Amino acid sequence: MAECHPVGYQWVTEARLKGAKVIHIDPRFTRTSATADRHVPIRAGSDVVFLGALINHILSNELYFRDYLVHYTNAATIVSGEFRDTEDLDGLFSGYDEELGSYDLRSWAYASASGDDDSTPGTIGGPAASREHGHAESQHSSGQQHGASGAPLEHAEVRRDETLQDPRTVFQILKRHYARYTPEMAAQACGVSLEDFDYVARAVTENSGRERTTAWVYAVGWTQHTLGAQFIRTAAIIQLLLGNMGRPGGGIMALRGHASIQGSTDIPTLYNILPGYLAMPMAGNHDTWEDYIGAIGSKAQKGYWANADTYAVSLLKSWWGEHATAENNWCYDYLPRLTGPHGTYQTVMAMLDDEVEGYFLLGQNPAVGSAHGKLQREGMAHLKWLVVRDFAMIESATFWRDGPEIATGELKTEDIQTEVFFMPAASHVEKSGSFTQTQRMLQWHHKAVDPPGDARSELQFFHDLGKRLRARLAGSTDERDRPLLDLTWDYPVDENGEPDAEAVLREINGYHLGGDKAGQLLSTFNDMKADGSTSGGCWIYTGVFADGVNQAARRKPGREQGLTALEWGWAWPANRRILYNRASADPDGNPWSERKKYVWWDADQGRWTGVDVPDFPPTLDPHHHPDKGVGGPAGLAGDDAFIMQSDGKGWLFTPKGMLDGPMPTHYEPQESPVRNPLYAQQANPARKVFPRKDNLWAPSAGQPGSDVYPYVFTTYRLTEHHTAGGMSRWLPYLSELQPEFFCEVSPELAEEKGLTNGGWATIVSARTAIEARVLVTERLTPLTINGHTIHQVGLPYHWGVGSDALVTGDAANDLLGIALDPNVQIQESKAGSCDIIAGRRPRGEALLRLVHEYQSRSGTTPTTGNELLTEGDH
Amino acid sequence: MGYWTNQLSGPTNPTTDSGWDDPPARKGFFTDTSICIGCKACEVACKEWNAIPEDGLDLLGSSYDNTGSLGASTLRQVAFIEQSGDRIAQARESGGRLVDLGMPAMRPADGPSPELVGQAATAVAEGEVPDFRWLMSSDVCKHCTHAGCLDVCPTGALFRTEFGTVVVQPDVCNGCGYCVPACPFGVIERREQDHFEAGTPNLGVAQKCTLCYDRLTDDQTPACAQACPTTSIKFGDLDDMVASAEERVETLHANGYTEARLYGTDRHDGVGGTGSVFLLLDEPEVYGLPPDPQVPTAELPAMFRQAGLAAVAMLVMAVGAFAGRRR
Repeated sequence: MAECHPVGYQWVTEARLKGAKVIHIDPRFTRTSATADRHVPIRAGSDVVFLGALINHILSNELYFRDYLVHYTNAATIVSGEFRDTEDLDGLFSGYDEELGSYDLRSWAYASASGDDDSTPGTIGGPAASREHGHAESQHSSGQQHGASGAPLEHAEVRRDETLQDPRTVFQILKRHYARYTPEMAAQACGVSLEDFDYVARAVTENSGRERTTAWVYAVGWTQHTLGAQFIRTAAIIQLLLGNMGRPGGGIMALRGHASIQGSTDIPTLYNILPGYLAMPMAGNHDTWEDYIGAIGSKAQKGYWANADTYAVSLLKSWWGEHATAENNWCYDYLPRLTGPHGTYQTVMAMLDDEVEGYFLLGQNPAVGSAHGKLQREGMAHLKWLVVRDFAMIESATFWRDGPEIATGELKTEDIQTEVFFMPAASHVEKSGSFTQTQRMLQWHHKAVDPPGDARSELQFFHDLGKRLRARLAGSTDERDRPLLDLTWDYPVDENGEPDAEAVLREINGYHLGGDKAGQLLSTFNDMKADGSTSGGCWIYTGVFADGVNQAARRKPGREQGLTALEWGWAWPANRRILYNRASADPDGNPWSERKKYVWWDADQGRWTGVDVPDFPPTLDPHHHPDKGVGGPAGLAGDDAFIMQSDGKGWLFTPKGMLDGPMPTHYEPQESPVRNPLYAQQANPARKVFPRKDNLWAPSAGQPGSDVYPYVFTTYRLTEHHTAGGMSRWLPYLSELQPEFFCEVSPELAEEKGLTNGGWATIVSARTAIEARVLVTERLTPLTINGHTIHQVGLPYHWGVGSDALVTGDAANDLLGIALDPNVQIQESKAGSCDIIAGRRPRGEALLRLVHEYQSRSGTTPTTGNELLTEGDH
Repeated sequence: MGYWTNQLSGPTNPTTDSGWDDPPARKGFFTDTSICIGCKACEVACKEWNAIPEDGLDLLGSSYDNTGSLGASTLRQVAFIEQSGDRIAQARESGGRLVDLGMPAMRPADGPSPELVGQAATAVAEGEVPDFRWLMSSDVCKHCTHAGCLDVCPTGALFRTEFGTVVVQPDVCNGCGYCVPACPFGVIERREQDHFEAGTPNLGVAQKCTLCYDRLTDDQTPACAQACPTTSIKFGDLDDMVASAEERVETLHANGYTEARLYGTDRHDGVGGTGSVFLLLDEPEVYGLPPDPQVPTAELPAMFRQAGLAAVAMLVMAVGAFAGRRR
């Protein structure tokens, strides 16, 4: 955090000065470790073993927060009798479909409350349930579409055993699942000493409960694994067991990789969701409006997703205005339908197959920043046109003349037909707008200066592009042009043609369209209607312009307000600073303790109150029990603290929504010099793989040839640079602070391989070989895994091969292959296998010969590493 | 004689000594290296505010420090020091000896600030010495009470400001370079002509930290302190800075971090104490700081006395010689 989020780290420093204990668990010793109370080195990719051992420690020593656990989580819920655990099936859960390489999720469901037959799984998933299958789900990467909630679950009438004794309760299943995740197993698989484990276990459990809370903080590198989403789920289980969610000082905090990445998920740049985490419709699943609405928010389920129809209709009204009517289902058919996964990596594959003609790159430098740089560049060389909007001529704009493949002869400039348009971009100080940070807080920034030269904001660029496209299509009678021509596209512009960003924020906030309030801004998403009388571009942002005031622009200093500083910026939803904060009070509605008092039930007033906006129906009595069959917010019980979950409970076990297991299970990375110590199944059986001869993998442990790439490499960022360098390698003051690409190795590995500090090394993976200067440092520690010494090589990924930047260098991400997490389609970029040798890499074609020589020595083929099931019995 | 003594060594108020009537309180930095995260925001903010040119794109192989040292184009520099357990034990032990000697002894007169009370609650150090640590420290001009650079400047380009800081006027400096060896910390340097393109500002003239004189006159915080995210670099009245530093080091000692020690707070040291004070976690040499800095001009009165005595003696001898011949 100190390394990549130094500004945010000021609060950690302040907390430390007030006595907080900071523990840093990371493969390398970073600037965070330098100022933490303890650094715990861990083997990259082994996180579930370590966290699973913590879960086991909490369960077997009864260190969980029982009252919280019973009332606010699904610990007491009974799971279908059909469910089989990885402990029963040697690394697979029940429902695995070998042919499709994915899970049928039905056997993970809760047992039905009404069904007499224990073996009948409850209905899950609403009207589309019969079609639900892990394969179809991962085709549109459904994990992320539930970004603001759990998956829909039809029957909230679950069976519970609050004594937690029934062997089919989530609690007992969890206990059995993690029984073999012991401190000794963590030592063996992660290289974490028993003493370090004990330190972490004590610190976390002693600092949780009624009086105290513990927070987990991660950066997005944690997600970049073939089971990345499950890493975070493991932390979520710990937090739920210890009662650290929805309470001050608790939570799991994701540190995003750029400013406003949270915002670009809320109002997404992702292919599979619409604003406010509404699902993108999928061909075959959501062909009709009724199918769609039934799937995203059944009226029968409890909580606020039951109102998803009002959110979706308001969104369509904000896009298509008067053209969206009840008769045409609010222009639902103007929305494109997904036909499969269209993530960034699938798109690159499609480029290579000449299925993609054009590509917009907006502040993104895939030639340097994305996994498998060679495929990225070769893919772009297949395009007809490429638009790059950035501050400088980044490598993705110049690869056609100076990329690494030009040097090796794999690409020739004269053969590349791609027409590249470079559009200089305005920076954040040259335009107004909002940033949404990781606490979901929108903060407005005002334009300070005009952008230089031809530089323009994204807003102006797309507004103008839309206007020109509409002008070209004017008068068209072709049905396929209607979505563009009917779009509301009327933003006021200033003298430079820059649209008024506040007008966009007002559109996002939404308006009353009819009735006596017509034309007024909405105050809350509860005002939204499904009858077309309201609009709103992103339901969770409704309220950001309440009372006609840009709430995101509020800057009342914290010292002039209370602890939660509710008048600084605006956090979605409803300016709420901690989600699920009903859990900060006990089941009766009283604070768990005076020290951790946050939101509580005021019985005299009959309302929830506190220092934050309560995240609960404001007058719902804590002892309320809804009648059977009531859906929506009225279906919530007084202790259903997790109001967006379809059963109102925090999920230790996910009956639905995760595609690779209802509980996190340790699998080795796609490439690993280590045999899975827990199961015969080596890697995540539901991961997404791409068997191609340009995407080869090192054989993993247990396969012949695994010793050819014996070391683990991991990639990361440095404080001095920003991601792929577009915002730092062109700036002299940042470039001089970290001028060259380097690798970090331990003194032991340096000695073994003859590497010297300040010298050169060549790092070889199954994809390519790159060179780097060497830093020999004790900050990297060899780990003992399964009795073998495992060396790790650390690689900052900021540099790229080009000719325009002040500082250039080989790109670490070129070493990576493409294998994805099935839930969110994120690449595994934090753990791979490599060799390292002293000296610079060969030039030209000789580089390819070196890479091929390694490949053939290892015996790798396109099937290596890409067989989802590990050979052997399951 | 006393006036001259104060001008050249020992505790004094350098601002009034320089002839400022009723100056504001002396300003200074307190750099607390125990909470530095090595982000180098200070380096960048300094270069931005002072429009200092980029001065080298070389990897130094010296942990994460690619700046190297203070100089004409580097007015803040963050050192990165990697240490293993035995060295940490030595630092704790050597610091412990200083504590036994009763340093630091001074306590702030008017009680600790609320901020410092908060700091006092810092988690107690674990008993054992860690295997490894990574020290980071942002170095800067010391703005000495007795500044060698200023004392030797023949043109008056270097002067003492009303804030008690020492500043070069580049348009007055003639580039003689006398100040360079006169600095006991190796801070001041000339911007060498051959390293930069023509047109680079202040080529050939001496450069160093001005403690952002052009910001202080507008009641602003120096750029480095303003940019520091963790408040490792604090700015304020020097007396307050020294008091905070003393309180912080006591807190750390009480928590078992006996390796913590102060640098520059002793007004009886060879430069009369500094305007930039530091809390270090090891001996000063580890950070590239001289353990016992001496302003070269401190000996001027003695030198003059010796030279005077020698001159008198020579005169006496010469007279004696003539007298002898007469005899």
